[in-house]
Amino acid sequence: MEVVQKRIRTDGTSLLVRGFGYAFIGLFAICCLIPFLVVLGTSFTKEASIAKHGFNIWPREFTTFAYKIVFENPNLIIGSYIVTIGLTIVGAIVGLFLVAMTGYALQRPDFEQRNSISFFIYFTTLFSGGLVPFYLLIKQYLHLGDNYLAVLLPGLMSPFLIIMMKSFTKSIPHAITESAKIDGAGDFTIFLRLILPMATPALATIGLFIALGYWNEWYNAMLFLSPDMKYRPLQLFLYNVITSADFIRNSSAASNVPLRDMPLESMKMATAVVATGPVILFYPFVQRYFIQGITVGAVKG
Amino acid sequence: MKTIAQPVQASVETRPRVQQSRSRKLWNNRTLLLMCAPAILFFAIFAYLPMPGLYLAFIQYNYTDGIFKSAFIGLDNFRFLVMTGDLWRLTFNTIAYNLAFIVLGNFLQIFIAILLNELRKKWFKKVSQTIMFLPFFISFVIIGLIAYNILSFDYGLLNNILTSLGMEPVKAYSNPHVWPFIIVITYLWQSTGYGSIVYFASIMGLDSEVVEAAEIDGANALQRIRYIVLPWLKPTFIILLLFSLGGVLRGNFGLFYNLVGANNTSLYATTDIIETYVFRSLMNNFNFSMGSAVSLYQSVFGFIVVITANWLVKKASPDNSLF
Repeated sequence: MEVVQKRIRTDGTSLLVRGFGYAFIGLFAICCLIPFLVVLGTSFTKEASIAKHGFNIWPREFTTFAYKIVFENPNLIIGSYIVTIGLTIVGAIVGLFLVAMTGYALQRPDFEQRNSISFFIYFTTLFSGGLVPFYLLIKQYLHLGDNYLAVLLPGLMSPFLIIMMKSFTKSIPHAITESAKIDGAGDFTIFLRLILPMATPALATIGLFIALGYWNEWYNAMLFLSPDMKYRPLQLFLYNVITSADFIRNSSAASNVPLRDMPLESMKMATAVVATGPVILFYPFVQRYFIQGITVGAVKG
Repeated sequence: MKTIAQPVQASVETRPRVQQSRSRKLWNNRTLLLMCAPAILFFAIFAYLPMPGLYLAFIQYNYTDGIFKSAFIGLDNFRFLVMTGDLWRLTFNTIAYNLAFIVLGNFLQIFIAILLNELRKKWFKKVSQTIMFLPFFISFVIIGLIAYNILSFDYGLLNNILTSLGMEPVKAYSNPHVWPFIIVITYLWQSTGYGSIVYFASIMGLDSEVVEAAEIDGANALQRIRYIVLPWLKPTFIILLLFSLGGVLRGNFGLFYNLVGANNTSLYATTDIIETYVFRSLMNNFNFSMGSAVSLYQSVFGFIVVITANWLVKKASPDNSLF
């Protein structure tokens, strides 16, 4: 293959650079991967072995005990899963529709108010009221404390995604809109029937960005959902498992395992594996959509 | 794309221009306006409605009196923040971390993008890119857990390695001096794969004929990188640099909060940034006014920085400026 590709003989320096490239990139990639393997490995390691040898990639003494404990009281984690999946699906569909509709309208050259509306949206990235007024708004004025809407609503749209959608739909020729208008179609019909089907790669990208945001969302959940709520989004659930001793005590009681025998460390890792698993499994198939979005959205098109 | 866009532009221009009243114009675009209405409403509620709440910065908020009856104290909150040295520490930490992120991050991203471009084995490129991009997909909660995996005094991977080499183990969670390194390394670990995509895509846009011509003329890899690739990446770099400088006063709450932990006071000197301070004043100290004062300072100062950065972008490349 080398011979076919290279008509010119590669000189020594270039070979050296290439060799260095393989070594450096390979090492960096391994560094990116190791932490994941440590989490995975530790989740399958006996607690006694962790106490003796610390965290490791390869479990010295293999066990699935931590997973048994995590699923001993399965309705908690299954409930969290359902909450997160629900938020992700509803948020991605509604958010995607709104972002796409706004993005399409805002790039229409014949839409006179497009610049002022774009600025209205963009300005929110320049100046903000900060956390405290936002918190008071959601909690005291909208009364959304302990309500999943407090997590769902603020994540629906972002200026970044609207700008990305604008750049994407700009590449669909305006002539299509024009000719449909001549045929008597309204703006919304054009968007729904013509633009949406043509913009599927863009929609996949933006939908996936929104979905990933909801799957990994813990900030609004931590702010607005109290620990009294039985079913919390997955990441908040994980956060509580990692940080709270109460949770360990409760699962100890629920599983009839004495507190001193609870696999504290491996349980944290097992919960992390369960919370991240779906993302990692889907990831290889969807990464190209994210790459598309990043290249389009990074430098304003 | 340009060739398609031009005739359209022309057809818009040649339409008879009739003076229309403002309301008439709005009525003509009613469908498009309606299509934007949810977004307008969304940003009005979640972004604009909280803004007047920054008034909290000028009062001594207490819960029973509410916003309108609490005592107005002018700039006293700011005076307090300056006198205690909090404001200086927060500003310094936030800006120093961001500068480290921007400089080291861009350097590493460009470095990796260029090296990737030199590789020949397709599968290697694909696999390594996929792995380097992976940390972008996990939540900060997991990142906090991963850091704990590596840094924990008793079980952590780092101390495993150090002790097996016969060295002293590190007590990371009580030693503030190691945190700048930990935080910057974690940031680089998480964002380099993501960031290098932009530069790699930019290199892909380089005309392959130019590169081949240089090869025929006997340029080696280093010369090609020095005289073709780096100059080609310069505009992208400048734009990204200026954009990120615009956000130099905004911290990454998720990263700091999950790495350092909620109440690890011994590390505040080197890890406390504006976002974590505001968060604590809201959730732990219930000092809403102090939190708002810091937020207002951040927004105003940050706004000035963005305007300056945008002015610089405009000078460097007018097409890329934001407004």
